Amino acid sequence: MSPLDLLVAVPLALMIAAVLLGSRGRLLLLAAIPVMAGLTVWLLLLPEGTAHIVGDWNLPLGILLRADGVAQLLVAATSACASIIGLYALREFAPGPSGSETAHGYAFWPLFYLLWGGANAGFLTTDLFNLYVALEMVSLAAVAMAAMGSLRAALQYFVVALVGSLAYLLGVALLFANYATVDITLLAGTARPDLATKVALAVMTAGLLIKAAVFPLHGWLPPAHAAAPAPASALLSAIVVKVGFVILLRLWFEAFPAIVAPAALDVLGWLGALAVLYGSIQAIRQETLKALVAYSTVAQIGYLLLAFPLVVTAAGSDRAWAGMTIHAIAHMLAKAAMFLAAGLMLKAVNGHRLEDLSGLVRVMPLTVAAFGLAAISLMGLPPSAGFIAKFLLLEAALEQGAVFQAAILLVGGLMAAVYLFNPLSRTFAGRDTPVTEAKDTLQTAAPLALGLLAVSLGFAGQAMVDISAGVSQAGPPAAAVGEVP
Amino acid sequence: MNSLLPLLLVSLTIVPALISFALPDRLAVWRDAINIGFALSKLALVGALLLAAREGTITEWRYEFLPGHEFILRPDSLSLLFVTLSAFLWLITTVYAIAYFKRGPHLGRFFGFFNLCVLSATGVAISGTAITFFLFYELLTLATWPLVVHKGDEKSLRAGRIYLIYTLAGSAAFLAGIVWLKSLVGTIEFTAPPDLTGIPRLELTLIFILCIGGLGVKAALIPFHVWLPEAMAAPAPVSALLHAVAVVKAGAFGILRMIYDVYGIDTVSELGLGTPLALWAGATILYGSFRAVMQTDIKKRLAYSTVSQVSYIILGASLIGPFAIIGGLVHLVHQGIMKITLFMCAGALDNRMGIKLVADLDGAGRAMPVTMAAFSIGALGMIGIPPTAGFISKWYLGMGGLQSEASWVIAVLAGSSLLNALYFLPLLYRAWLLPPSKELAPVRELDGAWNRMLVLPAAVTALITLAAGAFATFPFSPLRWAELIAESGYLK
Amino acid sequence: MPTLMHLYPLTGAALVGLGLYGIVTLRHPLRQLLAVNVVGAGIFLILGGLGRGTASTDPFPQALVITGIVVAVALTAFGAALVVRVAEEERARDDTAAVEATGDSA
Repeated sequence: MSPLDLLVAVPLALMIAAVLLGSRGRLLLLAAIPVMAGLTVWLLLLPEGTAHIVGDWNLPLGILLRADGVAQLLVAATSACASIIGLYALREFAPGPSGSETAHGYAFWPLFYLLWGGANAGFLTTDLFNLYVALEMVSLAAVAMAAMGSLRAALQYFVVALVGSLAYLLGVALLFANYATVDITLLAGTARPDLATKVALAVMTAGLLIKAAVFPLHGWLPPAHAAAPAPASALLSAIVVKVGFVILLRLWFEAFPAIVAPAALDVLGWLGALAVLYGSIQAIRQETLKALVAYSTVAQIGYLLLAFPLVVTAAGSDRAWAGMTIHAIAHMLAKAAMFLAAGLMLKAVNGHRLEDLSGLVRVMPLTVAAFGLAAISLMGLPPSAGFIAKFLLLEAALEQGAVFQAAILLVGGLMAAVYLFNPLSRTFAGRDTPVTEAKDTLQTAAPLALGLLAVSLGFAGQAMVDISAGVSQAGPPAAAVGEVP
Repeated sequence: MNSLLPLLLVSLTIVPALISFALPDRLAVWRDAINIGFALSKLALVGALLLAAREGTITEWRYEFLPGHEFILRPDSLSLLFVTLSAFLWLITTVYAIAYFKRGPHLGRFFGFFNLCVLSATGVAISGTAITFFLFYELLTLATWPLVVHKGDEKSLRAGRIYLIYTLAGSAAFLAGIVWLKSLVGTIEFTAPPDLTGIPRLELTLIFILCIGGLGVKAALIPFHVWLPEAMAAPAPVSALLHAVAVVKAGAFGILRMIYDVYGIDTVSELGLGTPLALWAGATILYGSFRAVMQTDIKKRLAYSTVSQVSYIILGASLIGPFAIIGGLVHLVHQGIMKITLFMCAGALDNRMGIKLVADLDGAGRAMPVTMAAFSIGALGMIGIPPTAGFISKWYLGMGGLQSEASWVIAVLAGSSLLNALYFLPLLYRAWLLPPSKELAPVRELDGAWNRMLVLPAAVTALITLAAGAFATFPFSPLRWAELIAESGYLK
Repeated sequence: MPTLMHLYPLTGAALVGLGLYGIVTLRHPLRQLLAVNVVGAGIFLILGGLGRGTASTDPFPQALVITGIVVAVALTAFGAALVVRVAEEERARDDTAAVEATGDSA
């Protein structure tokens, strides 16, 4: 047994259990949280580059799970987010006073575990086909969760996500035809810069850019994320888009770093810059809170892509790599906190517009504080994890003379301040209409815990940098590689 | 010497901040007591550090927060000048703020952020590296914003928005500057100025412009001063703190650090950057004074006066000469004490008599003689009349101008003093010599504990304004300390 | 000269092209779902054809195809359910609108 397969298997087992148990299934969470926390700690304690072959099938047929720095950080952040969002959802989808069961309450829990297991699989696997399965598990759960808010948006999301998956699958097929393997660690050794490989990389990248909602393929995200119930929005924005991003990372920097042209990376960097600018401008223009937060996700994903050209150049590339990874988990925690806080605030005022938030700082100071803490991290202000990430990226950019990237990083932070302080300052305004505040300790604590985590991780910058540097290019254990049939 | 003392100096303030946030309003007495208690204990800690620093012992605390980036707290003599000022004025303002708000609602939040503000200002003062400085500098922005929007009316929200956009843009420029410099020379530690030889002049100049321009936003150099008069929408204790110790001072202090501890005076003069900065400061001094004359609202008039007065510090720093730097450093303290006096008096006049406009001041001297006396001392200090503290500052600055062969400085000082007189003397004239324009309700200025707490802090700082001028040659006076700093660090 | 070996990828590619064209041009969600399935079929054809060797058949790509088909079936079922729900919701909304309209006229 290894934490690597348990981290995938346990949530999937819980998913089946949740289906079978029906209305009582929600309490499974109380068992899931300690178990997953334990597994996560185990994962973090594993020696660098530990790998595990699922079911004793050797490569290239078998599936290799591997704990590198990126996987460790993202799985850990996912565990934290999912656990806390789960606790929030425990109240959100609680049965009514008469014991009646809402359809949402029933549907949420299996999807929740499916998403959790799928995300972990996506972060830990090095097998491109297995990644496809993980991607589909996550997408399925994500679309179903989006459907809890708006069926229309979910349907649009569904079609777009399917196209993305299929594009990715086409690439997998092409790669298999060329190399007779779909394992990233094996591909890294044998990659050739031929046309088929490039086409495969291109279609897979296009598919993943859709999944990660990178401008200009982001169109599905704002309606889907803004309409869903708060815990679902939090899961979608925090975790789902990161799966696509991590697979992109694996493809570009682990499987094919040798054949990737700098110009291609620059294109991704440009897309990232455009995403930052476009997402921020749209977020500034929004008049409803959840749409604002959703567009902020489009902008924040842009930073991840913006870092791509910085990662390969020699000087400071380790900083860029760390900055990119830390940005991914900082965004995870902060965005989850923000969606949960937004959900509570909007429920209290029974509205969805920014001006409805007037006076909330007096009624629910802790929730506004959670929103504020998340905002600090998203803006990249000290002492948050978001600051550590942007600081590392900024340093790498200036070390490499990439003034353009540096400028986007700084301007993006300022634009984030504009769109995030707008709702925050509304909460300080006076209010005439009364607020129906539902005092729920657990739900109040959830976003606050996530926000505090996003900010306080800034003090653990050194540790995060160390983990993220955990060897990513390590091949599978020598004995694990079987003969190519 | 490595020690936890500097860390304690900063983190001590977290305790009253958290307690203030957490305590419900009905325990307000406890909140007040805890705030004053911690302000006192911090002052004691600063006193201990001061005595140690006089013996030449500098403590420091280091922690590597990112690979290649050290977080260093190191209260050197320049830090202590600023820390002493902020610790002392924090105590004064806390007492004043308690009396100003009495038992109003949402004060837990107010005092919580108030404490965080002071924490950040202390951090800014004792930072040992540029990046540590930036961390606290940015924290200061965040901690101040809830204070600016505290009232929650449209004016405060607007002020908060303008404040954030200006200051965050400024810090972004400053961050870009220091990270750029770091990528060229490695860690920027204030005690060991980086070796700048071999770096192209253009690059050094650009970095200097980015840093000073960024810091200049908080120091309210024109045209980046716009946020400051807007921020007058905040309650009086906030204005007092913002103007005297926290925000604008952090900007001015950062500029001092950049010139003396990062670039070094040799590099600054070699690059020819001192004179343009001095001219910029001179222009701000005149512009601020000029605008102040035209204001009809007392707090706005004081705000523009701050725009002008803070630039004296920058003028002193950028002239690069022994007298000028002493003048700049000493004004860092003097301006703080004088300006906080003026703001506390303005707040008290508004609080007790509803006086907001210059025109309402008629006869106020009769109704609130102690407050108006304190206000008058502060105003005369700003004009620079002996024996107030302001005279010492202007004297040294003027000497410094002559020493650096920049005789235009004398003209700037004279012009500014004239304008200062023009915008302060009418206030004094109205308050003392004109009869009340309308029937004033009798104000028992010193009746009851609340009223005494409201009036006496300003009286104390007014007396210090006099003492700092009259006894400027005594040990531990701001002037002596400024001379000590200048001798030990910057004048070779 | 084209052999049976080329038949699979060529047919597959044609199907992918057709399907993509359908996704872009068709507006009705059910038709879009079908078009997505056509793309899927094309990809599976390419993938399945890869395993075909002259002497023996490589089971690995065929295992991938089977997994892929399972995933596709599940997703299609889910998508179809979603389409039905959307249609129901819209019909319900139309009905209420109609009722309201008659109510107004009455």
